[in-house]
Amino acid sequence: MFSRRLPFEWIVALRFLREGRLQTAFIIAGVAIGVAVIVFMSALMAGLQSNFIRRVLSASAHIELLPPEQVSRPLRRGAQGIGGGGEVEREVEAAIVQVPLQRMTSIDQWQAMAVQIRAMPQVRVVAPIAAGSALVVRGGATRAITLSGIDPEQYFRIVDLPAKVVRGDTRLLGGDILIGTELARDLGVDVGDTLRVSAGTGAGAVSTTLSICGVFDLGNKGANQRSTYVALRTAQSLLGLPGGVSGLQVTVSDVYAAETVARAITAATGIQADSWITANAQFFTAVSAQTTANTAIRFFVGLSVAFGIASVLAVVVVQRSREIGILRAMGISRAQILRLFLLQGGLLALSGAVLGSGIGALGLVLWQRLARNADGTPLFGLVMDPALFAAALLLATLTGLVAAFAPARSAARLDPVVAIRG
Amino acid sequence: MQLRGVRKVYNLGMANETEVLHGIDLTVRSGEFCAVVGPSGSGKSTLLNIVGLLDRATAGTVEVCGEQTTVLDDGALTRLRGHGIGFVFQHHHLITAFTALENVMLPMLGAEEFANDAMRVRAEALIASVGLTAWQDNASGELSGGQQQRVAIARALAMGPALLLADEPTGNLDTRSADEVFALLRRLNAEQGTTVLFVTHNPVFAERCDRIIEVIDGRIATDPQDAVTPPTPRRALTEPT
Repeated sequence: MFSRRLPFEWIVALRFLREGRLQTAFIIAGVAIGVAVIVFMSALMAGLQSNFIRRVLSASAHIELLPPEQVSRPLRRGAQGIGGGGEVEREVEAAIVQVPLQRMTSIDQWQAMAVQIRAMPQVRVVAPIAAGSALVVRGGATRAITLSGIDPEQYFRIVDLPAKVVRGDTRLLGGDILIGTELARDLGVDVGDTLRVSAGTGAGAVSTTLSICGVFDLGNKGANQRSTYVALRTAQSLLGLPGGVSGLQVTVSDVYAAETVARAITAATGIQADSWITANAQFFTAVSAQTTANTAIRFFVGLSVAFGIASVLAVVVVQRSREIGILRAMGISRAQILRLFLLQGGLLALSGAVLGSGIGALGLVLWQRLARNADGTPLFGLVMDPALFAAALLLATLTGLVAAFAPARSAARLDPVVAIRG
Repeated sequence: MQLRGVRKVYNLGMANETEVLHGIDLTVRSGEFCAVVGPSGSGKSTLLNIVGLLDRATAGTVEVCGEQTTVLDDGALTRLRGHGIGFVFQHHHLITAFTALENVMLPMLGAEEFANDAMRVRAEALIASVGLTAWQDNASGELSGGQQQRVAIARALAMGPALLLADEPTGNLDTRSADEVFALLRRLNAEQGTTVLFVTHNPVFAERCDRIIEVIDGRIATDPQDAVTPPTPRRALTEPT
């Protein structure tokens, strides 16, 4: 027994769907499969991309501020325009300009600038870094290294070095150095041993003895051979940058907004700021291409779901034409018939989407359980974003309504006389 | 209910143009119980559809329940049909997705003018008046043909129509069920004063009506109210159909 709690169209639509059980079940299954594929693929792609991005970004900042490059100014001379009585000022390059040598320079007033940047919205961490090349000497062996002077407190919020240390610790006092596993093996040293590190050449050469406080593994052989970390002060004196830094590293809350923030920083400070997006342009293009392909696939799956709903409803309208005629004879208006069939489309799509979201979520759970690395850790983390499911439900329902429109209109336009005669 | 010069042409302006009704003049007074007879294809159903506002006349005027329908738009026709006219068809045409009682409630539900309880009470009273209280919660497909037709009559009366149009309601029923259905229509006509137009091929039922309107080839051939042609129902009814 129905009640007036629901409007006429709802009651009849639900009854029609219930009566046509098999048809209803099939189309709901069809919609569910489509929605499940979309949900599963979207979550998988989002997980994959955030995993990629995390890997790319875990060892570097989102934005890097660099000291101004040194440029040679070409010689120029003003020349009077020839002919026509013109006063045209021409600039003529008088000589081939040689690209200048980039010396180590510091960012002026970096402390004030760091405070200013830290105050900008979106910015999470600003860490000073003084990096340059150096040589490490141990007995007869010499290795070229990249020496990074860091402020551990800030820098470890960008690159989680403590998590990558395999031996020793990361306290980094003035006389300490952190080295990679490969370098430790090459030099036959370990935590507690000392290394002689020298930077600069000729008269400017500076060298000092540092003790190894920890050995890290960045997961990359080259990086483990070359990267070393020392306290900021130590690097400043070794690299000849007293009180200065060779760059500021910045992380932002939304990695995709890095470019926008970088531009804002450049505009505010006048310092060149490179975001990871420009620094890894190829990677970023690959990610966007993948997103585009994913969107296209989702679109076509959605389209086939829509056509599925439309074709089933078109058949239902033909099957029910006599009943539509009877309803019309009873005084049911065209608008009510239209709504009745739109509603069936919307309900089919919504229930299919609910089921499909469930299947998609189940698939994601299974995937996370089954797709694992050799060591048993998940291949990559998947995020069950409630917004994804909400969007899937909403879009599917809208698709159902749109798909139902043509059949619903043909139902509303049925001539009752013809419909009743069958 | 009054028709004046009603013509109906199908496929107007096309090669297969056919005129089904050629100028029908017909007046049915409130409370009359009329049989509409005539051979198949004579235009009885078309006439009924036009009176029932399911179809529009190509020419002429149709006045139903005191309303000049020629000028009404589709929405107004639907409303007038819902409130003023009840239909009973040859094939009982219940909506199979609903029970007997729910079928009777459907027109009230669609009109969205009834409170839940009032709708139910009225539907139960109508089901009782056609003697099917014991079957009211059965799926409509589980009822016999005669029972289905009685439910259809109860449903046609749901909105309290002034005019009941029955298009061969007994045509598909066995003699006993047909008798029951006819008796029911007569009783409703007598008790509630509902005007009934009853299309039938059965001369026995036709003779038990107040008035017999015979339609042949899209014209009213015999009608006792028609002064020009004297009523000769018996002869007409013996014609093969």
